[in-house]
Amino acid sequence: MSLIPYILAAEGLNKSFDGFKAINDLNFSLEKGELRTVIGPNGAGKTTFLDLITGRTKPDTGTLHFEQTNDLLKMNEYEIYRLGIGRKFQTPTVYTDHTVRENLLLSLAGPRSIWHSLFGKIRKEQEERMDEILHTIKLTSRAHAKAGSLAHGQKQWLEIGMLLAQDAKLLLVDEPAAGMTDEETYRTGELLLSLAGKHTIVVIEHDMTFVRQISQGRLVTVLHQGNVLCEGPVDKVQNDERVIEVYLGRKKKAA
Amino acid sequence: MNTPLSGKMPTIALAAVALFLVVIMPALNAGGIVSDFTLNTWGKYLCYAMLGIAVDLLWGYTGLLCLAQALFFSLGGYMFGMHLMLMIGKLGQYKSDLPDFMVFLGLKELPGFWQPFYSFPFATLMVLAVPGLLAWVFGYLAFRSRIKGVYFSILTQALTYAAWLIFLSNDIITMGGNNGFTDFRTVLGADIRSPETRRILYIASAVALTLIFIGCKWLTTSRFGLIQRAIRDSENRVLFSGYSAANFKLFVFVISGMIAAVGGALYVPQVGIINPGEMATANSLEAVVWVAVGGRGTLIGPIIGAIGVNRLKSWATTEYPDYWLIILGATFVLVVLFMPKGIVGIPGQIRAIIERRKHRQTIREEDLAAANPSPEAE
Ligand SMILES: Nc1ncnc2c1ncn2[C@@H]1O[C@H](COP(=O)(O)OP(=O)(O)O)[C@@H](O)[C@H]1O
Ligand SMILES: [Mg+2]
Repeated sequence: MSLIPYILAAEGLNKSFDGFKAINDLNFSLEKGELRTVIGPNGAGKTTFLDLITGRTKPDTGTLHFEQTNDLLKMNEYEIYRLGIGRKFQTPTVYTDHTVRENLLLSLAGPRSIWHSLFGKIRKEQEERMDEILHTIKLTSRAHAKAGSLAHGQKQWLEIGMLLAQDAKLLLVDEPAAGMTDEETYRTGELLLSLAGKHTIVVIEHDMTFVRQISQGRLVTVLHQGNVLCEGPVDKVQNDERVIEVYLGRKKKAA
Repeated sequence: MNTPLSGKMPTIALAAVALFLVVIMPALNAGGIVSDFTLNTWGKYLCYAMLGIAVDLLWGYTGLLCLAQALFFSLGGYMFGMHLMLMIGKLGQYKSDLPDFMVFLGLKELPGFWQPFYSFPFATLMVLAVPGLLAWVFGYLAFRSRIKGVYFSILTQALTYAAWLIFLSNDIITMGGNNGFTDFRTVLGADIRSPETRRILYIASAVALTLIFIGCKWLTTSRFGLIQRAIRDSENRVLFSGYSAANFKLFVFVISGMIAAVGGALYVPQVGIINPGEMATANSLEAVVWVAVGGRGTLIGPIIGAIGVNRLKSWATTEYPDYWLIILGATFVLVVLFMPKGIVGIPGQIRAIIERRKHRQTIREEDLAAANPSPEAE
């Protein structure tokens, strides 16, 4: 057991898909209250890493612990969720046939039993919490619209709102700014920053302006071919030879 | 609920329909205005409607296309049929205490598992318990293994097929084989073929359908219903929101199986026969068509669909007996192509067309106004 109280610790993770190593001897640890940004070129294994944490896929080898004592590899999706780990998917995943408010209702922290779904009452403070979140994600006027009718960026926000409703300890946010305007992206960054400290957050992102906005000297992890290439503040990372080579360099060339 | 018709249909209208089915129809029958034959036919339709609701609870609401509902319907029928067989007593062909088919098989005494079915309450309990237990065991295995989509449909069909084979053979299980149960005489001491008994059976069906409707309405509009539809639309999100989707599916699966079974148990005394043909896959598929035609994801849809398609069936099978399956298939295709929300969705479709027209109209008027600015406007 390590001395630092890591909220999440991954050691020696490996995961292959048909012989292709999506995650390759990955070591990763996260302190409580941290806001960590993870960057890396497409196919680096970022989403797969979140799949491993949340129980969507199981690694071939390695260990994965939450708050030291919880072995995530022995649990399924909803058990992991119940530990306090929430996730926003890369493609917005909301209940399209439900209203915005119903989406939040189903995400609210609370019992998940069939019994409760049948007989549980919605408490007043839960109603207020939903109003508050609707306000935060700027969807108050669309509260009773079907989530399927929202614009792409609004769906992203709704899914972030669902994470807020859940009140998770660890938030895993996969490319939250994809498909957003610059202004929306900025507001998303502010929202995530306002949550830092209270929650531990992992943000996966491509947009370097956004990464600069939210990392603010905090650690940035660069993933490449399923492995941590380097870790450090954004300035250091951006000037790292290897990073420029595999990621930024290629992007510059493309631009 | 969120479909145009059922969402706005006032409770009063539904209550009026229920009153008509439960009270007025049988009263008209007692008064000689509605024939015994018609009432009996409607009694069957109402049982089909329960089967339709059972299918829709899984398919329309939870996204599980299940082809085993005719099996649960039949099991309910068989359980109650066992009681009816024992109630024949010595009135059968062979004047024996044993049901005729057992005498024919050369059995000397009643198999042990038949014994308790002399009791009406026991048989009634088994109508729910046996299909419920089968649904629980099958559902537990299927949902825990995360069997989904078309694989789930195929598996439910395989289950039905296996049950069909088992019931066909008197060697495996003494349940009447190919011929099943028939020639019932009495139910609770009353002559099962008398108009009075039939009327009571009809009323029981109407009451059962009403109660099932109310129960399902409550279920599907609760938070449970929200989760049910959430599983249908995005099972991943449900799992990653901390719900055990498998448990929720299992719960609906068992409830649905029991609803189908109630339909079957009320159906058998009204038609006077139950045999393995009733659990054929074609019957499950037909129930799926009722739901598609009526409007899936609603509770009123399966009722309208079950009654409507069966009316069509009784007409078609007398007028064009060879073409019924073709007509059924064509109906299904047409509905899927042109009425994705079924009959219940038609008002919404019409409204959408009118709105589009209006929208186009206003655009055209605006265009005209822009092209010829009127002098007064300046
Ligand atoms: N379920 C899967 N089956 C096969 N290959 C997969 C699967 N999930 C991810 N991969 C592969 O693993 C690699 C990493 O993917 P991903 O984690 O989505 O990358 P990123 O999110 O960093 O862009 C990609 O090459 C992808 O094709
Ligand atoms: Mg990704």
